[in-house]
Amino acid sequence: MTTTTVTLKIDGLEVTVPEGTMILKAAKDNGIIIPTLCNLEGLSPYGGCRLCLVEISGSPKLFPACITPVSSGMEVTTKSERLTEYRRMAVQMLLAERTHICSVCVANDHCELQSLANQLGVDHVLFERKWTNLEIDSSHDFLVIDRNRCILCTRCIRVCDEIEGVHTLDLKLRGKDSQVIMDLDEHWGSSCSCTSCRKCAKVCPVGAIYIEGEPVSHTKHKDIAEFITERRQRKWKR
Amino acid sequence: MNLADIQKIAEQEVDFERAYKYRINVCCSSGCVPLGAFKVLKAFEEAVKEFGVEKECKVAKTGCVGTCSVGPAVVIEPGDYLYQNVTPEKVREVVRDHIVLGLPVKGMLYGNPAFFKKQHRLVLRNAGKIDPTRIQDYIAMGGYSAIVKCLATMTPQGVIYEVATSKLRGRGGAGFPTGQKWGLVARAHGKPKYIVANLDEGDPGVFANRTLAEADPHAILEGMLIAAYAIGAEKGYLYIRSEYPLAIQTLQRAIAQAKSLSLLGDNVLETGFKFDVELRFGAGAFVAGEETAILASVEGCRAMPRPRPPYPANSGLWGKPTLIQNVETLANIPIIIQNGGAWFSKIGTPRCTGTKCFSLTGKTNNPGLIEVPMGITLREVVFDIGGGVPEGRKFKAVLVGGPSGGCLPDALLDLPIDYDSLTRVGAIMGSGGIVVLDDHSCMVDTAKFFTEFCVDESCGRCTPCRAGLARIKEVFAGITEGNARMEDITTLEKASVYIRDASLCGLGQTAPNPVLTTLRYFRDEYVEHIRDKTCRAGKCFKKEEKGVEQ
Ligand SMILES: Cc1cc2nc3c(=O)[nH]c(=O)nc-3n(C[C@H](O)[C@H](O)[C@H](O)COP(=O)(O)O)c2cc1C
Ligand code: FES
Repeated sequence: MTTTTVTLKIDGLEVTVPEGTMILKAAKDNGIIIPTLCNLEGLSPYGGCRLCLVEISGSPKLFPACITPVSSGMEVTTKSERLTEYRRMAVQMLLAERTHICSVCVANDHCELQSLANQLGVDHVLFERKWTNLEIDSSHDFLVIDRNRCILCTRCIRVCDEIEGVHTLDLKLRGKDSQVIMDLDEHWGSSCSCTSCRKCAKVCPVGAIYIEGEPVSHTKHKDIAEFITERRQRKWKR
Repeated sequence: MNLADIQKIAEQEVDFERAYKYRINVCCSSGCVPLGAFKVLKAFEEAVKEFGVEKECKVAKTGCVGTCSVGPAVVIEPGDYLYQNVTPEKVREVVRDHIVLGLPVKGMLYGNPAFFKKQHRLVLRNAGKIDPTRIQDYIAMGGYSAIVKCLATMTPQGVIYEVATSKLRGRGGAGFPTGQKWGLVARAHGKPKYIVANLDEGDPGVFANRTLAEADPHAILEGMLIAAYAIGAEKGYLYIRSEYPLAIQTLQRAIAQAKSLSLLGDNVLETGFKFDVELRFGAGAFVAGEETAILASVEGCRAMPRPRPPYPANSGLWGKPTLIQNVETLANIPIIIQNGGAWFSKIGTPRCTGTKCFSLTGKTNNPGLIEVPMGITLREVVFDIGGGVPEGRKFKAVLVGGPSGGCLPDALLDLPIDYDSLTRVGAIMGSGGIVVLDDHSCMVDTAKFFTEFCVDESCGRCTPCRAGLARIKEVFAGITEGNARMEDITTLEKASVYIRDASLCGLGQTAPNPVLTTLRYFRDEYVEHIRDKTCRAGKCFKKEEKGVEQ
């Protein structure tokens, strides 16, 4: 089978990728890293965090790289003053939204939000930071969810649905009140669909879902979705 | 039932109407019903019998004439005498004087002819004139003759050409050219194709679509039929919010009637064309009106928007090509087909043709539902049609476009109302809300109010809209409670611009409009609040019990 390819420019670099590739992947395969939070290779794209926004010449709009397919002759800019400013804004808004206190967080030093803040040079938060009091559920044998640390990227929900195939996790409420729930908003310990597979903890970018008594450095394994998907597609040969 | 039978029904109905000398139209729309419209209707029925004029007078329940603030409203034809604030007690007098003696009761007539003078009723052509519960009334007014014309004499391409010639643009807010959209869906690959008619109307204080559905439901159905014929769809969903019980009832009845006359079904008017309409109910989310969210909701999922592309025209309901159209857009279609696209394109302005319905509310003398030609100025709407600001107060601003519209000052009153002019000054057409504000309103408080609405209505998917709007709301709380610094203005501005540029769907992209426009046109009020801790309208700095959030 021959795949049609598309040639485009990313940050001035000419790249050729298969048709239908997302800008994010096209950039990554050519060594250009675009910041992301909600996207995870192997899961359906979500387009929620807006960190991956890029500029495309000829349009005043910004495009989420994780979900915008390449097209021929496109000229993509992934780094600019405005984009950096906007990415900082997103991180600040996330940091202010719920209780993100790195020093007392299980994911300190292994947190994607924290490292993005560092990379982007976020040294202060413009907004008043919120102190939320959402439910922490530790009723499961070893999985814990602290919703005060959740950034609503829905990676856990997607991995549970798309890779593990059980759809234990989903969202309740909307807007800033959105929360990840188990089954029909039950305690995790009494969920009858959860297989305790731990994939949610492995892909959580922050310290919202973790395994009790296990160092987060050990738990986090965000490539899991990609590995499993590729294996299922038999991309690996013995 | 075939094509010729529709014509026969129309002729019969016209003959039937001709037997009456007077027609008494009692508005039984959502505005007038709580004010006692049904009692008035009953009183008229009894009064015409009492005076022995029931053979001359037809008493009908109709939809809204637009003067919702002075209901129950009654129109007596011929002559279009509009009676306001009719009560059952006054009905005898009206029948005696107007019908029996031929002398209209001057004291009860609506005293504001200016309200109607600058209006141009195309979409609301039948509103207040026909009984929405009788399909024959609609047919007698020439209804369903457009779909007959399409089926008998036009190709689907011909229909699309006619709509494109009319230069009609979507009335749901964004103003996308309708003919172009139809062409996209018609050319898209995949079967079956679907139509979704959007009657979500989630903006607070807007009731134009509801009124249309209550007054003339068949115009929407006929628009859907014509669209279906043009794009090759077999199934349509009419998405309506469940807060509109009367509109739902009216539409349900209309669909059943259309089916019984084989205007809907497997073999429409014996031509082999197949189209059916099903109602779907919203559960009261503003974002459910957004076009990708409405698709999710019709499919039975959470009404969450998703990124585009893929566009619904290519991949909509269940991945099939889908046409999403506002009901007001659809109600324009029959008249375009009847009179031709070229005729329609001469109404309004060259780039924005036709008319637009607006719910005129707030501090105005004549609140109600109006339909005006595109290109009319804000001044004409606020001062001529709306009759200015009541109680000798001073006009301050007009909010165009609902909760995500813009607050425009008096310096912009001569702006023509069309999609492009409104966008240029930071407002939007939205689904047609015009709120007039007087000098009792604080612009900071107004912007705060609409931000709070959008915080509550944000779906929560993307960071800027979910986390950002909530931050803006907190900055506003600081400003209106006296805990703000001058830098907060910059923070507001930066965050708003970011939310506008970075949000996933139209909700977040337009939600900062009230903030940005008040910062642009009423910046001094922000400065006063922060520097002097004063609010010239006296709205802010009141001690409130602060609730604990979350
Ligand atoms: C937050 C939001 C709410 C919307 N609400 C409505 C609505 O209530 N009714 C409507 O017709 N369109 C609404 N729209 C616009 C629709 O997305 C869509 O553009 C429209 O239904 C297309 O029809 P049109 O081309 O006839 O305007 C909304 C858009 C957004 C972003
Ligand atoms: S990574 Fe693209 S929006 Fe989150």
